[in-house]
Amino acid sequence: MSMHTLYNLVTGPLAWAAFAIFIGGMLAKFIYLTYLAKKKDPTVFAYLSTKHVIRSWFMWSVPFVAKNWRLRPLFTVVTFAFHISLLAAPIFLMAHVMMWSEGVLGISFWTLPDQVADWMTVIVIVCCVYFAVRRMIVPEAKYVTDIKDFLMLILVALPFITGFLAYHQIGDYKVMIILHIVSGEVWLAMIPFTWLGHMILGPMVRGYMGSEFGAVRHVKDW
Amino acid sequence: MQPATAWDWSPGKKDIWDLSKHSREAQWHEELYASPDGEKTASIAKYGDEGFGICVNGQAQERLFEKIWNLRFAPDGRLTAIVQEEMDWSVLVDDEVWPEEYAFVWGVQFSQTGGTIAASIQQDGEYGMVVNGEAWPTLYQNANNFVLAKDGSATAAVVQVKNIPQADIWTYKEGCFSVAIDGNAWDTSFMNCWTPVFDAEAKRVACQVRHTLYDYSIVVDGQAWSSTFPSVWDPCFNPATGAVAAPVRMAGKWGMAQDNELIWDAKFFNCWNQQFSADGKNLWAIVAPKFGRWTLAVNGQVWGKTFGTMVTDMTVAPDGKHAAAVGKEGDKYAIIANDTIWVGWYDMVWKPVFSSDSHNVAAKVKRAGDRYTVVINGQVHNEDFDQCWDPVFSPEGTKVMLRVVKDGKYSRIVIPVPSSHH
Amino acid sequence: MTVDTQEKKIIEDPGIDQGAAKLTPEKIAQVINTTLGTENLARLYAYTKTCVHCGLCSDACHYFLSHDRDPKYSPVGKIKNTLWPMIKNKGKVSVEFMKEAARIAHTECNLCRRCVQYCPFGIDTAFMISTVRRIVHKLALTPQYIQDTAHSHAATMNQMWVKEDEWIDALMWQEDEARDEFPDFRIPLDKEGSDVYYSVIGPEPKFRTQLIYQAAAIFHEAGVDFTMPSGTGWDNSDMCMFTGDFEMMGRLKRDHYESAMKLKVNKIVMGECGHAYRSVYDMGNRWLGWREMPVPIIHSIQYFYELLMAGKIKVASTIDKLATFHDPCNTVRGMGLHEMGRAVAKAFVPNMVEMYPNREHNYCCAAGGGVINCGPPHKMTRVHGNKIKAEQLKATGAELIVAPCHNCHGGLEDIVHHYKLDMEIKFLGDIIYEHMVKTKAVEE
Repeated sequence: MSMHTLYNLVTGPLAWAAFAIFIGGMLAKFIYLTYLAKKKDPTVFAYLSTKHVIRSWFMWSVPFVAKNWRLRPLFTVVTFAFHISLLAAPIFLMAHVMMWSEGVLGISFWTLPDQVADWMTVIVIVCCVYFAVRRMIVPEAKYVTDIKDFLMLILVALPFITGFLAYHQIGDYKVMIILHIVSGEVWLAMIPFTWLGHMILGPMVRGYMGSEFGAVRHVKDW
Repeated sequence: MQPATAWDWSPGKKDIWDLSKHSREAQWHEELYASPDGEKTASIAKYGDEGFGICVNGQAQERLFEKIWNLRFAPDGRLTAIVQEEMDWSVLVDDEVWPEEYAFVWGVQFSQTGGTIAASIQQDGEYGMVVNGEAWPTLYQNANNFVLAKDGSATAAVVQVKNIPQADIWTYKEGCFSVAIDGNAWDTSFMNCWTPVFDAEAKRVACQVRHTLYDYSIVVDGQAWSSTFPSVWDPCFNPATGAVAAPVRMAGKWGMAQDNELIWDAKFFNCWNQQFSADGKNLWAIVAPKFGRWTLAVNGQVWGKTFGTMVTDMTVAPDGKHAAAVGKEGDKYAIIANDTIWVGWYDMVWKPVFSSDSHNVAAKVKRAGDRYTVVINGQVHNEDFDQCWDPVFSPEGTKVMLRVVKDGKYSRIVIPVPSSHH
Repeated sequence: MTVDTQEKKIIEDPGIDQGAAKLTPEKIAQVINTTLGTENLARLYAYTKTCVHCGLCSDACHYFLSHDRDPKYSPVGKIKNTLWPMIKNKGKVSVEFMKEAARIAHTECNLCRRCVQYCPFGIDTAFMISTVRRIVHKLALTPQYIQDTAHSHAATMNQMWVKEDEWIDALMWQEDEARDEFPDFRIPLDKEGSDVYYSVIGPEPKFRTQLIYQAAAIFHEAGVDFTMPSGTGWDNSDMCMFTGDFEMMGRLKRDHYESAMKLKVNKIVMGECGHAYRSVYDMGNRWLGWREMPVPIIHSIQYFYELLMAGKIKVASTIDKLATFHDPCNTVRGMGLHEMGRAVAKAFVPNMVEMYPNREHNYCCAAGGGVINCGPPHKMTRVHGNKIKAEQLKATGAELIVAPCHNCHGGLEDIVHHYKLDMEIKFLGDIIYEHMVKTKAVEE
């Protein structure tokens, strides 16, 4: 198989598949949990309160508001930098946006300056290293970490590492870009099947707990 | 007291007693109780160091006691109270104290007509019941869930038949509780027994049991249903057929079982306080068809109108075809009768009362914080009172008697029944 | 940094040990799989799938902090040692494992929910430990003393084997005593239509009748129209909620609420108890299908606050001592009553100093969640497991701890004693009764 065919494969069918699995998987997770709650845990919906869902999301989305964020400033900075970069860099990277606009979506939107995206990529990689080291040396994290948790970090870091190398033309660009695309696709496709799914479940749990604390127990949950 | 047909049903207001007039000055008077015919009120009075006495329409009774509590009129109009003399307790019925005294007496119960009076007793650390002054032949190391049959012919209670040493969780699990009828316990014992209940003839008894920590069932005359459930509620007898119905829990929801067979699917978030109509044809219950929505169901058919906070005090009409209950939404109460929520929300609503022909419903209500009145067939009485007791329908159902306190006077008011909505 | 893997001393509990003797792996698997497969599935699924194993919940836990940050005491560590293997192995866990799980779930977690506030996702570890206890209950591995309490609940509808006459007698005795101080004093029994139904916990008629006296004296002085029931339902406590016997929890709460509904009261005021509040306000009502309280439940903290603000109780004298306020988990993380509690305390004890952390972030007393009810065998587990509380209390320099919860009193007393803190512990009711204006009392 030529490099070109391979490229077509990973940017074509494989990309479609990855996005389909990611979006479908996340939707399925959302629908499944909603169904479970309706069917098996009916009190959950009875106590949901929009106001407190939003309040809880907001309070935990702003660094240093929640008590636990204030207790560990370094971790807080790292986790916020990581998550912001993790989301922003792939979505708003010029090269990606061009794919969106020229390709399937046919829409164009605001892009990050390449240099910013480049720094964000570095941030994600460094943060992954930080998380990995933390899991190795902080006892309470180490105690509940197993090999899969490290694999998650590698899974997340790989598209960024390869993307960084490709952008800076380190190594064989063609190989690197394909590795970048493939690792990104694997990452996307794995989200629904691992704890990376906290991307969708996290806000759901947060919103429920925000409702219980806010609307039922009349107390802060942060 | 005369039968209800002989009561004074002539319309109008009769002032019975000026609350400020007492034949004897008391340190305090406790809350008033009105007699079923409305002719009398009674209260417990404290006469300083001399003790407690009973005061009827302002007239102090002569006999004083160290302590009096639980003053109540029996349905037949006799006035009862639990009284203490020389540290021992007994029951006072009108002027007579039951001859036997006990270390403690509580839980006075009346048969439907009031002919029989029963109470719970403790004597020398043993427990049982006393009926019309006569104690059970056998007492038990503990007893509770005391019950007197409607016709007054039998009593029952859950009794502890085996000693449980302190913190001995193993003996407990062997089954140390049973039901005693007129003092005689069943041969079988269970881990727990609750809410014994008699059939219409007071010949049979059903109750809830727990065989193990996890298996609940219904026992009838000492014999358990073969099915067990994660939980059950109080059983009741069908007065016509003698069948036993009880709410049962299955897979997290509640349904209704009868004689070991499921008759209402387990689809309710709760289902309880079930009651058969007098003819045994209809089975009514309070149900929660959704989490946090409450209403009534009859033979498994759920009413359309629901309340969010609760439904309580279900009353089935004598004809068995109609029912009424008290519903609560937020902090306000309303009356629901025949699947219609009556106009008007109150601070409290008492158990609705049906007329004997089942056509009329009335209930005592509280509004504006502490004003009381009566709602009849959906219409609020045009006057409110400082105090008020449950309304009483005349035997043929055309009049209602109100027993009320206003402007310092206790009065008895008879009014014609306003026409029903429907 | 090293991982502290010091060996735990295994506490023997006849409830756990004798229960385990009857278990087979098949039974364990069957019970675990049915429980995990049918009950509260959505939350269990969401919590276990959302957890990223970050350990951020650890600093919330007093056991973790008190054991020099030993990770097996962290909230997620305790889940790792109980729930995770049950799920991962589809119920195939050993008898020994279940014994350890029972011990962890019952004696090393107070279900205080502090970790819920520390988890960025709000994962409810207390809920998961409750689920473990539910499985432990179904396997009959519950520690002996709390199981006995649950048995008492079922047999008598109160947690202390108080017989029906003993309850009424206790009330009449307190009424009689109080008439020496307040000549017109009454504890009205079964008074239909009262404004307030006052409910207490089992130990009050049994050992702490003074608390009933005090509460009734406060109501008497404030002119509260209150009543107490002569029949069952008076005990608002609920150890069945903590053993995972939710069916009994429902039965108890039904009895409690129906007893108040029958008396047509406007509201239930409950004594200074934390877990009972959780049971009536949060857990028991839900099991029964009541989304809202059928009869409003007002905790004493709030009721005292309302009486004080309305001028119905007035301050006669104040306490000079330096005092600190201990927030019970179930009244702060359960109802946000921290400011009301402080307002009442400060009115009588102006010289107050905060402990840190405080309010909704306060450390648990380590007695709650049914842990103290597991009895003497486990006393040192919770005392050693709450060294951090001793340090927190000591740092205040206070002589007096105001704690409006029974279990907190039990827990704090043991901590104060063991760590030689020389601090006195009082209920709000103690302070108010002692220092309020008594217009209705006899002249001294």
